Amino acid sequence: MANADTYLEISRLTVAFPKAPVPVLNDVELRIAKGEYVAVIGHSGCGKSTLLNVVAGLLPASMGGVVLDGREVTEPGPDRAVVFQNHSLLPWLTCYENVRLAVDQTLSKTMTRAERHEWTLHNLGLVRMEHAKDMRPAEISGGMKQRIGIARALAMKPKVLLLDEPFGALDALTRAHLQDEVMRIHAALGTTVMMITHDVDEAVLLSDRIVMLTNGPNATIGEILDVNLERPRDRLKLAHDPRFIEARAAVLEFLHARHAQPAL
Amino acid sequence: MNAGTKPLPAIPIVSRPAASFIPEDSRLVKVARIVLPPLVVLIALGLLWEVVMSGPTAALPPPSKVWTDARQLILDPFFDNGGLDKGLFWHLMASLSRVALGFALAAVVGILTGLLIGTSSLAMRGLDPIFQVLRTVPPLAWLPLSLAAFREAQPSAIFVIFITSIWPIIINTAVGVRNVPQDYRNVAAVIRLKGPAYFLRIVLPAAAPFIFTGLRIGVGLSWLAIVAAEMLIGGVGIGFFIWDAWNSSNLSDIIVALAYVGLTGFILDRAVAFIGKLVTRGTAID
Repeated sequence: MANADTYLEISRLTVAFPKAPVPVLNDVELRIAKGEYVAVIGHSGCGKSTLLNVVAGLLPASMGGVVLDGREVTEPGPDRAVVFQNHSLLPWLTCYENVRLAVDQTLSKTMTRAERHEWTLHNLGLVRMEHAKDMRPAEISGGMKQRIGIARALAMKPKVLLLDEPFGALDALTRAHLQDEVMRIHAALGTTVMMITHDVDEAVLLSDRIVMLTNGPNATIGEILDVNLERPRDRLKLAHDPRFIEARAAVLEFLHARHAQPAL
Repeated sequence: MNAGTKPLPAIPIVSRPAASFIPEDSRLVKVARIVLPPLVVLIALGLLWEVVMSGPTAALPPPSKVWTDARQLILDPFFDNGGLDKGLFWHLMASLSRVALGFALAAVVGILTGLLIGTSSLAMRGLDPIFQVLRTVPPLAWLPLSLAAFREAQPSAIFVIFITSIWPIIINTAVGVRNVPQDYRNVAAVIRLKGPAYFLRIVLPAAAPFIFTGLRIGVGLSWLAIVAAEMLIGGVGIGFFIWDAWNSSNLSDIIVALAYVGLTGFILDRAVAFIGKLVTRGTAID
């Protein structure tokens, strides 16, 4: 990838935790272009969530760093909105209030009160959740909570959307629904996305590139696979598409043959 | 398949059980299910008590004797003949007003102190060991000291309530503040919620269920303490009423008063739980 296209740059990133003899991530180098959808896949414990947390600014880098749109990442911020695995909605707020809090917090300088109200409803509409706006997180299903989490992240107008195993806790059918939803939103908004996942099908279906991490600790990027499938993508048609099957096989080969997880 | 096989009779594709198959419980049945079991137990215990205490050597009055002895007390809690000769309602109100005052003070001071030691580890290190010792002092042990300090019964009783109920409020508030889940802190960090806004919009609501747990324990302890404190300080109040009845060997009155004390304590607990549910928007532990 040409340097001129780089929007999010992770360079020479090493993350070590105090007291640990070996760093979690070692010398990770990755460039993501604007509008690109990149999935990071690897076995559990390989440090893929650590990578996302550093990009989010929630964890400091030990060496190297992250630059987004020409500015170095030093702290968390709404330009790198995160959709957390366990949704992380505030249980005392309604769905509307959860999104509205993020909107008020991040866009109050550029939008009037009425505009923020409209923007909140617009984002709830984007994930088809207007009907649940007055419900509390405890009253809706896991898939719906994750939709609200996505709406909250999108409502911050992020430069890059960080998805931390967003569908990991959902059943297969709900997960498929939400994947389609994310593809639709990505197509409509052109958001740059970095998604952590451990689901091979999900990675191939959604991404432009799949970044495969070696086993941790001391994990690094083992291989990057380009997924050359035109969009919009249809999961039913792709199921028999040789390019899809090949890409899928390549990731499986990496994860289970060359970098099989040592016995736990 | 044989060509000669007859087609099977058509099976309805969707079989929907008629509504009457699973009878919907009527409201009456639901209420009965909640009310009946404790009522049956109550009647059984009452009968047992009647049987055991009916003998000529029984030390305590059976329910029937309580009824004949304390009928006026049971049926009219609102009479007022001046002095200490009042209905139980007035005694309870006197006790409740002391609890209200002492508990309200404890809630305010306790929550503020809890917020302080929850947020500042220096305050925590300085105050927590002292609190851990003080909270084990029995309520009544404070009474002589507070009588000496205030030189009056009323403020002394209120102080005893205050000092009894404040510890669980402080400790639970501090625990709630210190244990704001990492998830919520991450969300706050991403949307750059900092300082007082972070405290008001994340810490306080996240700690609210803990605070209400502390308040519930606190109000329970207050009610335990007030009865004992009133026995010693005298005047109008349910505690002194019981002590007075004991001095005039009026056991039936004591039994009636105990029932009132128990029911009032129960209502206090439920009331705080209910307020907690409203304030925390359903996130408090019921």
